[in-house]
Amino acid sequence: MSSMTRTGVARQRSRGRTGSARLILLGGIVGIGSLLAAACGDDEADEPAAAPETTQAPAPAEEAAPAEEAAPAEEAAPAGPAAHCAAGETDGDLTFYNWAEYIDDELLAAFEAETGINVDYTTYESNEEMLTKVESGAAIYDLVVPSDYMVDTMRREGLLLELNYDAIPNSANIDPAFTNPPFDPEHRYHVAYQWGTTGIGMTYEVLELIGGESTWAVLFDPDTAALVPGSISMLDDAPETVSAALKYLGYSIEDVINNRNEAAIQEAGELLRATNERLLKYDSVTFGDDLVNGEVDVAHGWSGGFALSIDEADAYETHVYTIPAEGGVRWVDTMAIPHNADNVCSAHAMINFLTDAENGAALTNWTFYGSPNAAATPYIDSEILEDPGIYPPPEVDARLEFIPHAGDMALLIQDQLTNAKS
Amino acid sequence: MQPAGRASESTRASGEKAAAQAQRRQGMLLASPGALYLLIFFVAPLALISVYSFATRTSTGRTSLSGWNIESYRAIGDDVILGIIGRSAWLATLTTALCLAVGYPFAYYLATRPRHVRAILLVLVMIPFWTNGLVRVFAIRFLLGSNGPASALSESLGFGTFRILFTPTAVTIGMVYSFLTLMVLPLYVALERMDWSLTEAARDLYASGSRAFWKVTLPLTKSGIVAGSVLVFVPSFGSYVVPDILGGAKTLLIGSYIARQFRDARNYPLGAALSVLLIVAMLVAVALNQRSGSGAEGGDRPRRRRRGRARTEPEPAAVS
Repeated sequence: MSSMTRTGVARQRSRGRTGSARLILLGGIVGIGSLLAAACGDDEADEPAAAPETTQAPAPAEEAAPAEEAAPAEEAAPAGPAAHCAAGETDGDLTFYNWAEYIDDELLAAFEAETGINVDYTTYESNEEMLTKVESGAAIYDLVVPSDYMVDTMRREGLLLELNYDAIPNSANIDPAFTNPPFDPEHRYHVAYQWGTTGIGMTYEVLELIGGESTWAVLFDPDTAALVPGSISMLDDAPETVSAALKYLGYSIEDVINNRNEAAIQEAGELLRATNERLLKYDSVTFGDDLVNGEVDVAHGWSGGFALSIDEADAYETHVYTIPAEGGVRWVDTMAIPHNADNVCSAHAMINFLTDAENGAALTNWTFYGSPNAAATPYIDSEILEDPGIYPPPEVDARLEFIPHAGDMALLIQDQLTNAKS
Repeated sequence: MQPAGRASESTRASGEKAAAQAQRRQGMLLASPGALYLLIFFVAPLALISVYSFATRTSTGRTSLSGWNIESYRAIGDDVILGIIGRSAWLATLTTALCLAVGYPFAYYLATRPRHVRAILLVLVMIPFWTNGLVRVFAIRFLLGSNGPASALSESLGFGTFRILFTPTAVTIGMVYSFLTLMVLPLYVALERMDWSLTEAARDLYASGSRAFWKVTLPLTKSGIVAGSVLVFVPSFGSYVVPDILGGAKTLLIGSYIARQFRDARNYPLGAALSVLLIVAMLVAVALNQRSGSGAEGGDRPRRRRRGRARTEPEPAAVS
């Protein structure tokens, strides 16, 4: 991996979710495309992929579908493992749909060399973008990388295939802390891919000005924000911004969402609205580079994005990624197989390949996000393992929360960011 | 002219009818690829969007195609959405006005150059138009950025850092830049086709230069102005790439709002209803353009026809 390529892709690596205009463009196209696909599906009643669009009750066509294509009913729990693949067995070229710049091309090449199949690799920049495509059947993917809450959403809607662990012997490498998560308690639909946190990147100068301890007040409190000499940016992502506001207001994100505390979400929305004017911009893609380039002095963003930018600019002396005292967000991105995947065995083979100790380490050495792969640790660069921004110490770790599956409150959460911008 | 003539006239009429039919058939054949394209990529999606706009978003985010209702259209009356529509309309109007102010003198200059110079200049106008719009907007972002050349210039002149990126000003600059070509080309065509002898005549009749312009040139190029304005207004009203990249995604315009509904909120019915609204607004704008465009042409077409008739009428007279 040449350093040239690295710098080139760093811009987009940051697990960008909803920021750039390109993705909005894409979103638009996806939206229209999926509508089209849905309609085509309606015409050909035996196309199972299009059916989840229409109603919640499974249509007869779906029940006629092969057992592998899990009937997309709410709270669906398809019987038995999805596929009868042997470990390493492949059944055709793999269509891999992943976050933008979230894997080293050399790893893909190594997989192709090992298995002899081709990987058709395409990328997305937000969970919701991926969900829209998988749900509508506008395109068929064999392997996707949803985040925690999205795994929950997708499995509840019957969009994921149950994994066959016999075909993934390397899954034993995964740290037990990642095999029993709240979003998929029985660990049937996903294998952890990478994990990270959401917090604030800032200059040491700002950290000193606000009293030496990182706090969400630097975004949300007008007096504290006024101490920042430069500009401030936030992620262009509704669940993340609402969660940040909730943390500042002293709420637990899990409490608020699990107990359906709509008033708290609205309160967070009001806070976002008051903060909007103060921001230079919303950005989920270049926040790390913007910070080290001096475009902003304070940025809300994801751990690995900052770690990579700080490493590339060798800005360890001047810039730092922090988890605010009030706490931050923890997330896990996972590998999962959509219900309508064509090459299920190839997908299992890829999951097995990426959970290999050395390959898992190669993933992290390239993305700068944490590895859920316990066996990979000896192969991970020590600068990454020792970076408290990537692997937070236990006392910081205790302040982190997952964003839970929001169910029917997802729209309310989206509306908070929309309203803040209008 | 006699019975025989009448008979031949009727056969001629039927022959003409057959010829017209053949011509129609040929026309349909020629038009069919385009028509098919429009049917698949315009009419069908439009129909789908219309259908979805009457659907329901279930609480889990799916779109239920049962229980049709007009809730999504009612939601458009919401203050938030009306505010966004108002802001988008204002920005589109401002963009159109600025494009016209910049584009008209430019098109005038273009149209009054000698032919070979004109060709070169026209290519220069077209080159950015052929370049990917996204690339151009990112270029503007670089130019306006606090590390960019505009900032360096302002700093070297002692005005301090240039803070314009991610402001409404930056969005307006980007929009004018993106859509200027769409204004210049129709204006150029109108000016180029214009009969300049009419301006000369006005000058001969002692109209001042500016009076000749306001009374003759401007009315004669009205069709170009209207066409250019529609071409700029329609895309800038729905634009979301420029406001997001240059505005820092801080203030929502209708285009980005619709995209959010499809992508993030999974509220297809609302996104679809707003799309239908935009399309209807666009069709109205185009219809107005058509009417005023044909009106403007109608203004000089009779003149041409009269001139034409004056030339052809004497012919039968000469024969008889």
